[in-house]
Amino acid sequence: MALSQNEIQRVAHLARIKIDDAILPRLQQQLDSILDMIDALSKINTDGVAPMAHAQPLALPLREDRVIEPDRRDHYQQGAPAVQDGLYLVPKVIE
Amino acid sequence: MKDFAFATVAELSAALAARQCSALELTDAALAKIAAAQPTLNAFVSVDPDGARAAAKAADAARAKGEGGALTGIPIAQKDLFMTEGLRTTCSSKMLANFVAPYDAHIVTALKQAGTVLIGKTAMDEFAMGSSTETSFFGIVHNPWQPEAVPGGSSGGSAVAVAAGLVPAATGSDTGGSIRQPASFCGITGIKPTYGICSRYGMVAFASSLDQAGPMARSAEDCALLLTAMAGHDVRDATSLPHPKEDYSRELAQPAAAKPLEGVRIGLPDAFFGDGIDAPVLAAVEAALVELRALGAATVPVSLPNIDYSVPTYYVLAPAEASSNLSRFDGVRYGHRAAQYTDLFDMYQKTRAEGFGDEVKRRILVGTYVLSHGYYDAYYLKAQKVRRLIADDYQAAFAQCDVILGPTVPTTAPSLGAQMQDPIQMYLNDIFTIGANLAGLPAMSVPCGFTPNGLPIGMQLQGPYFSEARLLNIAHRFQQATDWHRRTPKETRHA
Amino acid sequence: MRERTWEVVIGLETHAQLSTASKMFSGASTAFGAAPNTQASAVDLALPGVLPVANVGAVERAIRFGLAVGATINPTSIFARKNYFYPDLPKGYQISQFEVPVVQGGGLTITTSTGQKTVRLTRAHLEEDAGKSLHEDFHGMTGIDLNRAGTPLLEIVTEPDMASAEEAIVYAKALHALVCWIDICDGNMQEGSFRCDANVSVRRPGEPLGTRCEIKNLNSFRFMEKAIEFEVRRQIELIEDGGRVVQETRLFDPDTGETRAMRSKEDAHDYRYFPDPDLPPLMIGADWIARVARDMPELPTAMAARFIADYALPAYDAEQLTASLAFARYFETAANIVGKANAKTVANWMIGELSAALNRHEISVENAPISPEQLAALIARVQDGTVSNKGGKDVFEALWQSGARDDVSAIDRIIAERGLQQISDTGALEKMVDDVLAQNPAIVAEVRAGKEKAFNSLVGQIMKASRGKANPAQVNALLKKKLG
Repeated sequence: MALSQNEIQRVAHLARIKIDDAILPRLQQQLDSILDMIDALSKINTDGVAPMAHAQPLALPLREDRVIEPDRRDHYQQGAPAVQDGLYLVPKVIE
Repeated sequence: MKDFAFATVAELSAALAARQCSALELTDAALAKIAAAQPTLNAFVSVDPDGARAAAKAADAARAKGEGGALTGIPIAQKDLFMTEGLRTTCSSKMLANFVAPYDAHIVTALKQAGTVLIGKTAMDEFAMGSSTETSFFGIVHNPWQPEAVPGGSSGGSAVAVAAGLVPAATGSDTGGSIRQPASFCGITGIKPTYGICSRYGMVAFASSLDQAGPMARSAEDCALLLTAMAGHDVRDATSLPHPKEDYSRELAQPAAAKPLEGVRIGLPDAFFGDGIDAPVLAAVEAALVELRALGAATVPVSLPNIDYSVPTYYVLAPAEASSNLSRFDGVRYGHRAAQYTDLFDMYQKTRAEGFGDEVKRRILVGTYVLSHGYYDAYYLKAQKVRRLIADDYQAAFAQCDVILGPTVPTTAPSLGAQMQDPIQMYLNDIFTIGANLAGLPAMSVPCGFTPNGLPIGMQLQGPYFSEARLLNIAHRFQQATDWHRRTPKETRHA
Repeated sequence: MRERTWEVVIGLETHAQLSTASKMFSGASTAFGAAPNTQASAVDLALPGVLPVANVGAVERAIRFGLAVGATINPTSIFARKNYFYPDLPKGYQISQFEVPVVQGGGLTITTSTGQKTVRLTRAHLEEDAGKSLHEDFHGMTGIDLNRAGTPLLEIVTEPDMASAEEAIVYAKALHALVCWIDICDGNMQEGSFRCDANVSVRRPGEPLGTRCEIKNLNSFRFMEKAIEFEVRRQIELIEDGGRVVQETRLFDPDTGETRAMRSKEDAHDYRYFPDPDLPPLMIGADWIARVARDMPELPTAMAARFIADYALPAYDAEQLTASLAFARYFETAANIVGKANAKTVANWMIGELSAALNRHEISVENAPISPEQLAALIARVQDGTVSNKGGKDVFEALWQSGARDDVSAIDRIIAERGLQQISDTGALEKMVDDVLAQNPAIVAEVRAGKEKAFNSLVGQIMKASRGKANPAQVNALLKKKLG
């Protein structure tokens, strides 16, 4: 399955990774070879096979509804790129 | 103090118990060896002399009071994707180059509670994506057996730290072979336990349904000691198994019989002995089989008919999960943030373009693509179904045998740079290790020989769920009869 | 009315914050109003290496909801990741349920001006709330508070069964009452505990469904009504002007009363859902469901029916009394004290005096300063003639002010202190009547001549003489006897 450069940019947009046009041809070639490799899966008959999402057939464990987390804001914000008044700052969000 | 370089954990434990050395002496020795080796091997990303010495003193104090256990005072290294409170945890990525972990991972806590002394954090492929540790942001890591060869990956720094005798043991994580492959390339022993045995809490996720932590050491006996401390149910990880605590050393202590492996059926999948395996690798594994038969084991042919599909299956599932797991690295709350941007979107896309290396970006793109609208069924869902087929194949095989054996990797350590040009070749080298991750099975790599030019060769043992004690016992009996695991790389032997 | 030529189709998605103490996947508090990020734990911040652990209280509330709307509780449901980037979404994905939700089907019956109708529910699924973006100016930046991030939500999705803003509002109010009734949500709309998204489309009768727009985050019934009405008008005008409705997410601006397209939803078409590998399937056994069912409160419709049957109440009264569980429980407590025969009097007091006072003071019935026991005692004093109806209202007001909620004897004390008891002593009353008759011979003569008005004037004078404490019925009877 070949991936067009437009499609790569669409995926990169979804993944929020800036891709310079200069590296697109090489990236396209690498991604194509990866997709070629995984295309082998289409050869296997998986009719009636249940998808396996987890390595172990566990049921979801549930925790008691109890508050156990103390306020550790200062500790957690030590390495934050930008904070003010306890808030994380980001470029203006337009809804 | 006598030179304990290349001593095993078990030997050091005995020496500590016999007061032949102190934990502080072992720690200082480890710190000195790391400092000396760092320019040539580059195995460590961070070293914590102060923390290590304090922990060593506490261990000595505990031992002086007659407290502590087998691991009290043993210096170890942590792969740099385990959160270590107060210590930098980088995943060998620019994204987290200055990230100081605000908490300890479950296995970090467990190993601290067992009395080990955390010396430092080892280099890895960035976010554990790679098979050579060449994708580390902190520079290339060299194989102590041959500096121009890769150490393997992603737990390359841990493998080198143990193989070069810098620390007796280290931790690794294994998503598609990241403990076993570098163990094989560096001539050490490493085990990836059953998925869910070691809590993933505090282990930075690559592919959550495949990731599993495990020990890397000089012997199966040492791995058993470490795994006993690391394993255990953790309510903070919903995929942690409520499996009773085990002593993985329990079978090892039994007296050596003439044929200690009597009754053990070793399955040999044809797929693990086919084309594409380097001749010295195949020869070493065949020789190991002769040894294992001599120890009483029987060999039986088994079949894993879908194992060839494990690589494509893995390269759908792992990038898909990774693409989502790595979305949290967005420059908002921690980690790298681009210096220049025009708006929020630009901040995201530049932060992530700058913070992630090429291999990580490639996998995020592949993962995003296979999950995206219109491709989910063809790729992701399909791969989940093939995953089931592969897991079922293993169950069928284990009806006929107790363990499965083959080479850990089809080759020995390639030269630095050789695979970076060809990701597909690098991916295909995971062919023998990935199956155990997809099925969630325990698997380990055990040194079993060398190439004529001196590169280590490893064999892999895979077992049914919860068969760690048995795998470790088989490896231990093999290591009692052989000395591959005791060989040391001459180049890095320190006085 | 050109709207007549158009049919409106509305489906609602409601996010009800579940009233758990801790978050959906972390042990951080869900309390509202804390200082920014002080309730954002490592899991809520999506620090590297953290993992989600699901809250049993949230699952139990989902089960309760499923039972209340007659839905299927799926024995196995799956948590999935919904992937998109937004600063208030720390992981870069929201843990939600996609293909297999915890609750499927069910419905809610509503009463509108055009009659009864059942709104079918598609599903209800568990998910986690996002944080908040504060747009006040931080040097041109936006501030992110993640205290709300990870708060459990039940997203309740209807079929497109509503045909007007009125129906949508009635449904939303009924749903709001229900989630409060079964105590899974505090219902506080100002604090965002109950928020609706409306999917609105229009079509000409007989045509297939039109393209819909989703209006996000409607957090008051009034805004919902305005937003839907605006959106319906916008779509109709667009089509009638030859345009085409584009499927998009829109935001209602309460200042302008208009909706506008949201820019932040550009990835909405590709959320890349997949099962969350950190969370095994949620399994809910029949025994758990049975346990929850056993502890379920009687539901409002069942309770209203029982009030009609047991207390002989009119349907209107029964509906009013079951507006909330607390109100209904208040009624039953009082009604059981005064006896079933007098239940209608309790209903009158509650729908009249009590409701008015609660509204006036803007408090809920749980916090009313008059307990149901006190109201019952007060009604008893009116019925045994100790106080008049009007006197009873004075007692009610005095009780409300006193705030002595648990003190039933306060009623008699207030009556005594304020001298509100009626004069029922026949001797004393007769003397008063005789005095008034003696002082007003002219009026007595008029009465004898058959003038109704004159009779009433005498009653008034006697009541005045008694300073309102005479029992009017008794005064009437005495007068009639004397004037024979």
